[in-house]
Amino acid sequence: MRRVVITGAGTINALGASVAATLEAMREGRCGIGPLQIRDLDRLSVQIGGQIIGYDETAHFNRQQINLYDRFTQFALLAAREAIDQSGLTFSGELAARSGVVMGTSGGGLNTQDDNYRAVYEEGKNRVHPFVVPKLMNNAATSHVSMEHNLKGPSFTVSTACASSNHAIGQAFQMVRTGLADVMVTGGTEAMLCFGGVKAWEGLRVMSKDACRPFSATRNGMVQGEGAGMFVLEEYEHARARGADILAEITGFAMSSDAADIVMPSKQGAARAIMGAMRDGAIPLDAVGYINAHGTGTAANDKTECAAVADVFGHHANDLMISSTKSMHGHLIGGTGAVELLACIMALRDGVVAPTIGYEEPDPECALDVVPNEAREADIEVTLSNAFAFGGLNAVLALRRI
Amino acid sequence: MAGEIKEKVIAIIAEQAMLQPSDIEMTQSLDDLGIDSLGVVEAIFAIEEEFDISVPFNANDPGASEFDVSTVASIVGAVEGLVAAQKA
Repeated sequence: MRRVVITGAGTINALGASVAATLEAMREGRCGIGPLQIRDLDRLSVQIGGQIIGYDETAHFNRQQINLYDRFTQFALLAAREAIDQSGLTFSGELAARSGVVMGTSGGGLNTQDDNYRAVYEEGKNRVHPFVVPKLMNNAATSHVSMEHNLKGPSFTVSTACASSNHAIGQAFQMVRTGLADVMVTGGTEAMLCFGGVKAWEGLRVMSKDACRPFSATRNGMVQGEGAGMFVLEEYEHARARGADILAEITGFAMSSDAADIVMPSKQGAARAIMGAMRDGAIPLDAVGYINAHGTGTAANDKTECAAVADVFGHHANDLMISSTKSMHGHLIGGTGAVELLACIMALRDGVVAPTIGYEEPDPECALDVVPNEAREADIEVTLSNAFAFGGLNAVLALRRI
Repeated sequence: MAGEIKEKVIAIIAEQAMLQPSDIEMTQSLDDLGIDSLGVVEAIFAIEEEFDISVPFNANDPGASEFDVSTVASIVGAVEGLVAAQKA
């Protein structure tokens, strides 16, 4: 089987509009969560989020593009530009035909749905803009990235709630690994911070009204974020032959389904995905130095995740670091795993482990080294990125330093 | 009134074509102006919004529609007809 490396990364999220800005914020333990600036905020009981404040679509796209690009598509395009620029690849001829896009999103064009439902239901309008469908469809972001960069190979969108990005990246990884493609642009994008998007989450009553504090005994729920993370995955020899700067190697991936409950996580399901990724990459347990946790800040997830890690790693669970960067950028739902993968790359490349900020008090049910509040320097050879979605669909990626 | 309709329709078409209204000639087709199929649909939407009319246009087969989009002049004429019919 072929080796798969990452040769480009891009992002826009509440911590910054580039990988460099995001990693700097993670190193400093900066919080990107704050008061939401959206319509009808007074009717929401949850009023905070990891919103990209000051984002100006007209700085990046012309009027006609804006008519076609929902916010989630715009984020994907910006992140993909950065990732592909960094990779140095241009796509034409045979390479274009052997390169594709697999992207995760959960809500797709939710802002477009929200705006247009409002227009027809609340304002009583009987006509909507002709591009509502091509703007809101979940695969719009994938398609526009493929069009902008001439990516003509296998391309589709994955939607598995909070695990969408990891499932997408894992799929792209397997496609390059098995020879279905030579280069894949992959990641995830989400723009759910609109009235309907936040209102729906409120209904579940798992949202915090003040902060995301994963693993802390004082945690009181998750906080939504928005943005995108995109990567260029490339076959190792292809990358080496052209002298590309290799950010990391993806060595393992596994998926599992809890087959148990539509919202409650399962320790066994999570553990099977973690163990599966280790086996897939033939990774010895003690090689793993850092895990980027799913770490949502809900009571259920964090204790279940810690128990799963303890089960898989045994004694080594006490020696590795596990942090949740959702404390800083919020939960990007379908885009979250992609932004979190940046923390894994930073650990491998820069030897800096991103912290779990907002940590106040130890929870005996989360008794692991969660890198509280301050980033740490460490020599990390292998990292894992966990994603455990509503619906019990789990996806874990393993990355190695190169 | 008729002059006003013509002016507004030309402004909508010019915006789709990313041209100045003064660059639009009545004999030009939307194709001449570089307006693709999505652009045609968007222009029709803008016309409906502007004049509060319903335009009988089917994107599956534009040629078969009652609404003649073959030239700028034909669009202006069709809109004038619809606006007049609405007032009658």
